[in-house]
Amino acid sequence: CWPHGELRRFSDQDKEYVGFATLPNQVHRKSVKKGFDFTLMVAGESGLGKSTLVNSLFLTDLYKDRRLLNAEERITQTVEITKHTVDIEEKGVKLKLTIVDTPGFGDAVNNTECWKPVADYIDQQFEQYFRDESGLNRKNIQDNRVHCCLYFISPFGHGLRPLDVEFMKALHEKVNIVPVLAKADTLTPMEVRRKKIKIREEIEQYGIKIYQFPDCDSDEDEDFKQQDQELKDSIPFAVIGSNTVVEAKGKRVRGRLYPWGIVEVENQSHCDFIKLRNMLVRTHMQDLKDVTRETHYENYRAHCIQSMTRMVVKERNRKYAPRRPRPIGQHQTGQGRTGRT
Amino acid sequence: MSSSDVARQPDPSRSLSLSGHVGFDSLPDQLVNKSTCQGFCFNILCIGETGIGKSTLMDTLFNTNFENFEASHFEPQVKLRAQTYDLQESNVRLRLTVVNTVGFGDQMNKQESYQPVVDYIDRQFESYLQEELKIKRSLHSYHDSRVHACLYFISPTGHSLKSLDLVTMKKLDSKVNIIPVIAKADTISKSELHKFKIKIMSELVSNGVQIYQFPLDDETVAQVNTAMNGLLPFAVVGSTEEVSVGNKMVKARQYPWGVVQVENETHCDFVKLREMLICVNMEDLREQTHTAHYELYRRCKLEEMGFKDTDPESKPVSLQETYEAKRQEFLLELQKREEEMRQMFVQRVKEKESELKDSERELQNRFEQLKRLHADEKAALEEKRRLLEDDQSSFGKRRAAAQLLAAQNLTSNGKKDKDHTALAFCIVGLLFERQTLACKHYYKMHCFIVVSTLTFTFFNRFE
Repeated sequence: CWPHGELRRFSDQDKEYVGFATLPNQVHRKSVKKGFDFTLMVAGESGLGKSTLVNSLFLTDLYKDRRLLNAEERITQTVEITKHTVDIEEKGVKLKLTIVDTPGFGDAVNNTECWKPVADYIDQQFEQYFRDESGLNRKNIQDNRVHCCLYFISPFGHGLRPLDVEFMKALHEKVNIVPVLAKADTLTPMEVRRKKIKIREEIEQYGIKIYQFPDCDSDEDEDFKQQDQELKDSIPFAVIGSNTVVEAKGKRVRGRLYPWGIVEVENQSHCDFIKLRNMLVRTHMQDLKDVTRETHYENYRAHCIQSMTRMVVKERNRKYAPRRPRPIGQHQTGQGRTGRT
Repeated sequence: MSSSDVARQPDPSRSLSLSGHVGFDSLPDQLVNKSTCQGFCFNILCIGETGIGKSTLMDTLFNTNFENFEASHFEPQVKLRAQTYDLQESNVRLRLTVVNTVGFGDQMNKQESYQPVVDYIDRQFESYLQEELKIKRSLHSYHDSRVHACLYFISPTGHSLKSLDLVTMKKLDSKVNIIPVIAKADTISKSELHKFKIKIMSELVSNGVQIYQFPLDDETVAQVNTAMNGLLPFAVVGSTEEVSVGNKMVKARQYPWGVVQVENETHCDFVKLREMLICVNMEDLREQTHTAHYELYRRCKLEEMGFKDTDPESKPVSLQETYEAKRQEFLLELQKREEEMRQMFVQRVKEKESELKDSERELQNRFEQLKRLHADEKAALEEKRRLLEDDQSSFGKRRAAAQLLAAQNLTSNGKKDKDHTALAFCIVGLLFERQTLACKHYYKMHCFIVVSTLTFTFFNRFE
């Protein structure tokens, strides 16, 4: 008996309760069960600390038995693409992490078009996915597409070099590029600021489209917005990596030991490592995957389909061309002789 | 310079002891005084990537501020920039030339990057050689621009040399004293540095690169030099900014985690570099450049030109004779070439002339041909015109005859006469026609006869 006027014991919401508010939980549960995958590419010249940074980021040692080439061997070295896949787990969430490395990039004396193997690799992954997606049995498609590319910029110069510009311009429409200022312990704080500004200007000047963080919603709280803004202003991230643990102020931290002090990798006032790690792993990993899927892959797919249709049209025209009477002394047009592909 | 001047073995000399102080032990001092008055000259070449710290290190080494500007990474080619300064310390004057590479290591294709550097060094040797070979020369006041020391800045990757470094150093080791330094060394920790240095030296040795070794022949500095030789390449840090450490202002770099002091030997090898390069071995570097590198260049250059020290019979050859011989040879060669060119010129002219003649003849032929054609056509036209005129006149006559006949028929009296006249006219006209028309138009004639006969009978019937 619920007489009118009495206080209802349950909220008004219960009357219209449907239950789809639990959807996020369901998604969470399913995704944990399925597991995640992420492919990260690291690119840059030798000796900029790529492997050390990767080890620091994921707190593992991926490069145990690596053999570094001598200078003479590197004179004519070509770029290779190597893949390391590891399965890591944290609080029940499984992550299949693939690191794609580019040894030999920028090492030879003649580096013309050394970015080509990298671009080809990315295209290959897209192509494989495209084919799988268009296949009949789509149950177990493996997604090997590269989700993010950390490009290491040398701190020893004055900013971007021709090699950097060419690489980024060749790949900015295929993969999310996150530029990183390597070995930042060679720069004083003021030098870091100046270099970042210079690099940002040069990126804009040369029209390089690096990965853009999504704008946060206007109804987020101020703290979050400020953090987000700080993140955007820190590009390129000035990072330091370390394979060793040292003792600093009584604590054991990952860092580098110098006669004049200890550089702590996870100290925000020393470098942007924490920012990079948070961005890459804790906040923007899914967004990176989404942008790869929605923008880069879709571009590739559209381009692929367009060129396929163009080829089909050309084939068709070519087949029917000989039946038309050839006017004397005139060029045939559109008969597969055009320069367009 | 005749062959007798070339003494191969010095005369054996005996050493004597002095019984008192003579005073020639002041010779070194006299030398020093003289050279101090003259002033010294030193040229350093700094090779390294853009932004690696060459200018900063020079500023730090010489405790001054050379005018530098930040170079761009987008130079299409490697260039060298030389700047000369006059420095003074106590009463010693030094004319220092600092040569920096601009754009080294920035291009995509670095295969030719070493060439401008090699060319620069050779140019300095060449100008010294020219001065030496002059007839009226002033070597003592010549500004020696030959490169005495080359600081090669190695990027602190921590792994090994870069391929560009190896290639460049191999090209330069026989031309200049190379002193490799590890730049921006505050990015390498102590243990890494040790491994890095060993790796670099082993790579240099295994590739046969001869870097400059500090001399060990002088006992006073031999020990220091040996120790320093083992510490190559020097790991340096440069800075012109001063930071207060303790109660002093020192040249240093301030980081959030500490202060790197440039002149602290536990932090970097800057002090060692300064000592070795400037304090101890500067003169030796100059000497090495003059006696080893320059002599090598000179020998190669002169041998290229064909000079020899001894001719095929192993007798010393005088420079003058060789020079004269060379000159004669050269002149002969020039003459021969001139002859050849003249011949070729004549030949060409002949060819061209015959060509022109041929074409002229051809034109003439064509002209004749066209003219003939034209004449033929004209004649044909004339013929046609004449025929037309004939046609016209005969037609006119026929018309007249017909008119006359018609007029005669109207008057009946003189008809018979008219008949006769008509007939006569017909016959005349016939004959006239016959005469003029020959056999060609006899059909016409036939018609005419028929028509006239018919007209005659017709008019007769109507009488």
